[in-house]
Amino acid sequence: MSDFTNELVQHIINGVSLGSIYALIALGYTMVYGILQLINFAHSEVYMVGAFTAFYTARYMGLADKPGFLTLITLIVAAMVVCSIIGVSIERFAYRPLRRAPKLNILITAIGVSLLLQYSGQIIFGADPKVFPNVLDDQTLATLGTAELRLFDVTILGVAVFFMAVLTYMINYTKTGKAMRAVSTNWTVASLMGINVNRIISMTFIIGSSLAGVAAVLIGMKYPKIDPLMGMIIGMKAFVAAVVGGIGSLGGAVLGGLLIGFAEEMVKGYISSTYADAFTFAMLILVLIFRPAGLLGKPSQEKV
Amino acid sequence: MTNDPNKTGHNPVPEVGTKPSAKPAPKRFAMSFVAPVGAFIALAIVGQLLEASTNQYVQLVLLFMCANIIFATSLNLVNGFTGQFSIGHAGFMALGAYTSAYLSTAVVQNPSFFDFIWFAIAGGLVAAAAGYVVGLPSLRLRGDYLAIVTLGFGEIIRVILLNTPAIGGARGLFGIPRPKEVVLGDFVFTNFYMNYLLAIFWVILTLVVLWRMVHSVHGRKFLSVREDEIAAQSMGINTTQVKVRVFVISSFFAGIAGAVFAHAAQGLTPATFGFTKSVDAIIMVVLGGMGSLTGSVMAAAVVTLLPEFVLRPLTDITGIDLRMVLYSLALILFMILRPSGILGTRELPDLWRKNGK
Repeated sequence: MSDFTNELVQHIINGVSLGSIYALIALGYTMVYGILQLINFAHSEVYMVGAFTAFYTARYMGLADKPGFLTLITLIVAAMVVCSIIGVSIERFAYRPLRRAPKLNILITAIGVSLLLQYSGQIIFGADPKVFPNVLDDQTLATLGTAELRLFDVTILGVAVFFMAVLTYMINYTKTGKAMRAVSTNWTVASLMGINVNRIISMTFIIGSSLAGVAAVLIGMKYPKIDPLMGMIIGMKAFVAAVVGGIGSLGGAVLGGLLIGFAEEMVKGYISSTYADAFTFAMLILVLIFRPAGLLGKPSQEKV
Repeated sequence: MTNDPNKTGHNPVPEVGTKPSAKPAPKRFAMSFVAPVGAFIALAIVGQLLEASTNQYVQLVLLFMCANIIFATSLNLVNGFTGQFSIGHAGFMALGAYTSAYLSTAVVQNPSFFDFIWFAIAGGLVAAAAGYVVGLPSLRLRGDYLAIVTLGFGEIIRVILLNTPAIGGARGLFGIPRPKEVVLGDFVFTNFYMNYLLAIFWVILTLVVLWRMVHSVHGRKFLSVREDEIAAQSMGINTTQVKVRVFVISSFFAGIAGAVFAHAAQGLTPATFGFTKSVDAIIMVVLGGMGSLTGSVMAAAVVTLLPEFVLRPLTDITGIDLRMVLYSLALILFMILRPSGILGTRELPDLWRKNGK
């Protein structure tokens, strides 16, 4: 194979693995938006908390020097549990009192929560970056020319696909999932049908936040440097992914995540690594101009 | 805590239907001309006193306060009066700051006092042009799209500034001049004082323009868009046009704020204009009351002075930087307990008018 195809294959592999992480985080944004019509700015900080949970769990359980799939699973579970607790508490104490308030107020509260977590994180965890423990021993599984398929990328994709499958099953085939879909269509009517709306909203936060926890461990494994402000940029990108795919649509979030991850790797590889972030947002603006509801979203018409 | 949507958010504005200004002509003249000039002279005298009684650090904070007042009131036009939600206002400020700074360092040598005025106007125009480009696609849509686009825009601006070597790139742009000192006989106006005059000139101009605007027919249009976009549309208001205009004007003044900031700080780095700066502006607008210019002025003063003179000593004592934590906590609590901010949609003069109006 020529150098060009080698490079291209490598970028595609990296793009897919980065993209599936974005997709996991984007799912959290899109689920909350689907139900509350709220941009949950604090979601990226939930993700940050997940990374630190995994970091401290590994340290205090002595898993830091025992790489392996068992360690990975333990850390993922720990991050999921703590993230769910954080997510639900944010909903309970910051968003629920404002459920009937104007949207602007909730949005501002979301930004407030996000800042609170960021800066409390700086005080509690320290502002300096920490090195994420070695969760899994990376190895090359296959080579295509000079392009390498590494264990990390396969694991990331595998874990992400697993959780997406679980989510799809939950949403489409369980009673809770049905209730969630009902609440997102119209929560007043859903509550008349005997659905406990508060419980469903909490459930949404639990699921979304735990997916962020999974993403945090996967990111920590691949890019092992974590700090309290790590959520901001990646959160913005995941959010862009959700919007590009069509906010409120689960498939859209996955598609958007993959697209953003893929585009980012391509821009980094062929154009300029410094402009990769700006490119993501330029893409967002283009999508909003030409297809404001996102790629898979349904255009909504406001009724009077 | 109340769950009535009418009470938690913007109060319905009763004056929407009334005639824009029923005041007699002489009084209107007094408000529109005498008051600003009087305020300028009064503040100029206060400036002399401050000059004599305070150190350079305090003076710098005062100049920042002026920049923040312009910054906050301009954002209030979008977020407060028109009910849109911009969270990338720092991007426009950055454009104004860098334009003005670049003109005063690389283009014009030894700028005179009046050169600084057109530097700021140029900065404002650049920001306004960017505001048009950003606003036009996103304001056609309803909902949170403006928030998302402005967030992205702020980030794009920061990345571009970071990667443009002509304006210092990541190192930043330094050695930005202040207006030179003026010697009249044996009376010396220091460069702080000249800068202060420039800053209060812009503050007063911004406030007068914005005040006159929101109390004019156009202001009524802004309010109608905020209260109910569909109703406004059916009354024949071109809501997209109104929103884009508001956004462009707001961007212009954010650019002016940037220029004031640049010449006060005398050094700029792209990091100054991150997301936190935009959040600062939102905090000021929310704290003062969305839809209250005087509220924004008060909040801008509080938000600038409090961290410097209260929280910084507190940080020194405790050894922990609690500033942002307290900020964000205040923001959340304000939203839950008093969502309308200090003044709500009222203005300061309303407070000592009878009947609450």
